[in-house]
Amino acid sequence: MVKKYTKFIFFLFLIILINSVSYAKPHKQLSDYNFFKDIKNQIPIDETVPYKIANPLFSDYSYKFRFVHMPLNTAAEYSYNNVFNFPIGTTIIKTFGYPIDERDLDKGFQLLETRLLIKNKDGWEPLSYIWNNEQTNAFLKYTGHTFNVSWISNNGQEKYVRYRAPNVNQCKNCHEINNKIQPIGPKGRNMNINFVYPSGEANQIDFWHDRKLLNNIPTPLKRNPAIWNDTKYGINERARSYLDANCAHCHQKGASASNSGFYLNIDENNSSILGIYKTPVAAGRGSGGLKYIIDPGNPADSILLYRMISTDPGVMMPELSRNLQHEEAIPLIREWISQLK
Amino acid sequence: MKINKKIIYFMVIIFISNFSYGKIIIEPGPNAYDRIQEALILAEPYENIHLSSGYYEIEDGLSLDIDNVTLSGDGLDKTILSFKNQKSGAEGLLVTSNGVTLSDFAVEDTIGDAIVVKKANGIRFLRVRVEWTDGPKSSNGAYGLYPVESKDVLIDSCIAIGASDAGIYVGQSERIKVINSEAKFNVAGIEIENSYFAEVTNNIAHHNTGGILIFDLPNLPQQGGHDILVKNNKVLNNDTPNFAPKGNIVGKTPNGTGIMVMANEKVILEENYISGNATAGILVVSYLDEYEDDNYNPLPNKIFIRNNQLNNNGFDVDKVRAEPIALLTKNKAPEIIWDGVTSFPEWIGLSKRQRLILGPNKTKDRKTDMINLNLMTYALLPWFHKTKEDYDDYIGEGISLTEVNFKTKW
Repeated sequence: MVKKYTKFIFFLFLIILINSVSYAKPHKQLSDYNFFKDIKNQIPIDETVPYKIANPLFSDYSYKFRFVHMPLNTAAEYSYNNVFNFPIGTTIIKTFGYPIDERDLDKGFQLLETRLLIKNKDGWEPLSYIWNNEQTNAFLKYTGHTFNVSWISNNGQEKYVRYRAPNVNQCKNCHEINNKIQPIGPKGRNMNINFVYPSGEANQIDFWHDRKLLNNIPTPLKRNPAIWNDTKYGINERARSYLDANCAHCHQKGASASNSGFYLNIDENNSSILGIYKTPVAAGRGSGGLKYIIDPGNPADSILLYRMISTDPGVMMPELSRNLQHEEAIPLIREWISQLK
Repeated sequence: MKINKKIIYFMVIIFISNFSYGKIIIEPGPNAYDRIQEALILAEPYENIHLSSGYYEIEDGLSLDIDNVTLSGDGLDKTILSFKNQKSGAEGLLVTSNGVTLSDFAVEDTIGDAIVVKKANGIRFLRVRVEWTDGPKSSNGAYGLYPVESKDVLIDSCIAIGASDAGIYVGQSERIKVINSEAKFNVAGIEIENSYFAEVTNNIAHHNTGGILIFDLPNLPQQGGHDILVKNNKVLNNDTPNFAPKGNIVGKTPNGTGIMVMANEKVILEENYISGNATAGILVVSYLDEYEDDNYNPLPNKIFIRNNQLNNNGFDVDKVRAEPIALLTKNKAPEIIWDGVTSFPEWIGLSKRQRLILGPNKTKDRKTDMINLNLMTYALLPWFHKTKEDYDDYIGEGISLTEVNFKTKW
């Protein structure tokens, strides 16, 4: 009787064994990945490429150090409007920190967390590593972490923030589209800018091309959308770039705020979907007693601006990664709404 | 041979242990957020995370994204998650996975919504209480139980108190049962919005601004709400003045509304006991605000009302939020009110539709009365405007609805 099933049970056992082995556990310490030559000063090894993006998400004035690490002899596929198609085994690395004194960055940074997005055969996996007080290493934490941070800002003012490193589920809140986790930043329209590499300043797309890290690059490259704080662009373009970078990861079809029917991705052209004369649906007190998401010509009567100014967690937008006002962006959106007709 | 047997037993044990569902027990105490959130993130499917009775102080939003997990407590008055000092997170608990069961605990005083469930295939709320403990205030969170864009939604024996929008709110969902539950001191007690196939039965909605609302709104990914049964509910004394923050659609709910149907198709209201609602017992209306949406139908259609017991409603119509009703009924409204808005061809008599269908309804001491406010004529030809109050004109053959059968097996 037993003998009859021996093979079958042995087979099952094998399957279970294989299954449990194939799920590689993430490293407990950031240093175990060997992405950096000097982890404390965020100096990467040669294979870890630093980059920046044209229109980043505002996260309480934190500084972000971005890197990508692809397996040897692999490359990503270029896309203008979507995130580059990275090969399996890619890790996107982002370290968040505050300068000790923003007027003199050489005084160094207090590093808070390093977020990883690792692409394996099932898709992207988000992980968060929290830096220790000694600033020697960061450690895997699933539940996020709260830091009380102070720093000296550009104008010499001492600033404080209750900085919240998100938990793994909160990562998905912004990074999930149609039930798939995606990076947000590294798309063509965000990457076509210069970066100061140790070897000198270069355009990032050219640099990646020279290093054979990126395929299918069209020539000539499509013009970049506006950079939100570059006044050589028009108000409308700047505002749309800002809203795309700060809102559209949730406010687009298939993302976490899809139920609002209010989308701010840069290629959305329908005025009521963009919020113009659109009444709130499930905003609750987030509406601030106002009638429309955008009341053209009337920024003070527009819910969009109201929620951008608020710092009340039950009202403010974005829901995550913000506790302070983005003082430089508020005037831009105010001006944009006042010149809408 | 003997050794072989042992190896096989060993393998069988490992095999079973791989599939046995664990139970993780969490006790109240310091770092409650970290301990609960860690369990919610590291849970395996079919695991039960149990919160022992006691008071848990939580400062950040909790979230669950693992399928088929059960989060349970020792009772809706025993296991209490208090968000009184919440510092971040737009809601108390967010669920984004399928087949989840939430049971026997309470969520209190969240800064935004209490429990949000997004895009779930299968979600059960069993004996869950959500409450803002300071009573009705516009600074309370908007929604109590808030499943949205979900399929197979069961809300059974739950309690929702004090929401500044809706206590129990199901939006843009499909296959829904809200049963045996209680909603009080909310702006809207129970609201079904832009949803398909819902049964709202055996509930009590009292002391809200509006008891039960069945709405359909424009400019949303899912619209055209239909097949909604509202049966055997007690909709009593909805007498809390509207405290919704302005600008919200529920802010327009007249004080003292019993059951309100806006722009849905195929709705049955039957065997409800509706009493003590100052503006209206039953209110059937179209969406009259401006909107830009070619796919939206603002008119209710096939709203079938029968065998309800309607007493003492419409005795003091809200003059601000229900101005036309107050004006056209001199503040004393009949038990059943329809705004009478139709399409243009119907208005000029070229086509006919049964938007409102009445069966027999009961009212103490007298025949149930109704009014068609005939707002179309009121707006277009005010000189010729007359309300219509002949109940028999609306008696018609009933409709039938598709029964709600869940596909999820919990």
